[in-house]
Amino acid sequence: MRNAVVLLGRFPALAGLDLELAPGTVTLVQGPNGAGKTTLLRLLAGLAPLESGSATVLGHDVTIEKRRVRASVGLLSPATMLYDDLTIKENLDFWATLSGHSDADTLAALKRVRMVEFAQQRVVTLSTGQRRRAAIAVVALRRPRLWLLDEPHAGLDQSGRDIVDGLIEDAIAAGATVVVASHELARVRPLATHIATVAGGIVHQFETLVPNA
Amino acid sequence: MREIWAVARKDLRIEARSKVVATQVLPFALIILVLFGLALDADRSTLRAFTPGLFWVATLFAAILAIQRSVSVETSSSAFEALRLSGTPGWKLFGGKALAVALQLVAIEAVLAIGVVVLYRSSFADPVLVVTAALAATVAIAAAGSLYGVLAVGMGVRDTILPMLLLPILAPVLVAATRAFDDGLGTAAVNGWSWCGLLGLFALIYVVIGSAAYAVVIEDA
Repeated sequence: MRNAVVLLGRFPALAGLDLELAPGTVTLVQGPNGAGKTTLLRLLAGLAPLESGSATVLGHDVTIEKRRVRASVGLLSPATMLYDDLTIKENLDFWATLSGHSDADTLAALKRVRMVEFAQQRVVTLSTGQRRRAAIAVVALRRPRLWLLDEPHAGLDQSGRDIVDGLIEDAIAAGATVVVASHELARVRPLATHIATVAGGIVHQFETLVPNA
Repeated sequence: MREIWAVARKDLRIEARSKVVATQVLPFALIILVLFGLALDADRSTLRAFTPGLFWVATLFAAILAIQRSVSVETSSSAFEALRLSGTPGWKLFGGKALAVALQLVAIEAVLAIGVVVLYRSSFADPVLVVTAALAATVAIAAAGSLYGVLAVGMGVRDTILPMLLLPILAPVLVAATRAFDDGLGTAAVNGWSWCGLLGLFALIYVVIGSAAYAVVIEDA
């Protein structure tokens, strides 16, 4: 993206941000609250409207080809985007139908986040961590080419955190690209190939990490 | 069609679990019928004459609540964002949301029909006309309501603004449905089928506009 500006009301959440991510990389986006990390992820997902500048995701312009961008990305946001009155299985089946995936994909996603035994439980009855796992399963189900993870470890126990790390590793092995916005630097840094430091709506520093350094 | 049915089934399943329409909207519609009867202080023959209008006013008020519920299902879980992310075409999302509202309205109308028979002693002179007109009006209300419900969310004042937005748009449907019912219930000598045709036209227009505009309005929801 080049000189990307995104406004939240009149406030420039992104104020001329430049960023280029190579396929198959894991980029840790770090920065203080209000720096623009979440807005950056939303822009990459084709959800935040670009006021000026340009942004291309997986070869598609985020303004002109929103639907293509959205169909190729998976966004884990602070809101779980799950329907409380449906079971986890019903939620996953619904999103699987809309994104053209099968029952087998749903089951695989549930297994991946170790939630098979809770599949028939309504979301409203789940703990915060279990809801978070279910939300992660929805992202995993889509098998996106670009994973956008906003504080993916938040609210998870050790087992859940390990699942997130494993999913990031699996995604990279499958050739996907991962962007993780997180305050848990010690947790994400070992997985990251790059670190983008964001403040005031722009990228202040972009580092390439040496593997296993 | 798979996606349309998936969206509709999801909304109907949520309603089956939460029972908001069954335990709140439906009783509200019946209370309107009772209150009109009390407020008009009329004998049965007068109530019978007013039945078509009272039926559709009660249906419209109930529809507004059902539409608000349909929207709140998505806003309470930030699911509009997830629906956009799904990459599903807007017209399919619209079709599913409108179908679910329409099926709930059919159930409400069926109970209201029993209500007017029991409370007002109304009878059906032309049941085929009544059912056809009801279906056409239901499609029009569900289509316009599903579109304006999302539009109201985008304006950020959904709970209060929806009736203001929706009722003027649905006024022609109210008039046409009432006239068609006048014939169908035998309360006035009008050509109900021509009004029914007009209802069909309204339904078609609202479905076409909703299908075309939903992808745009959902961007701000």
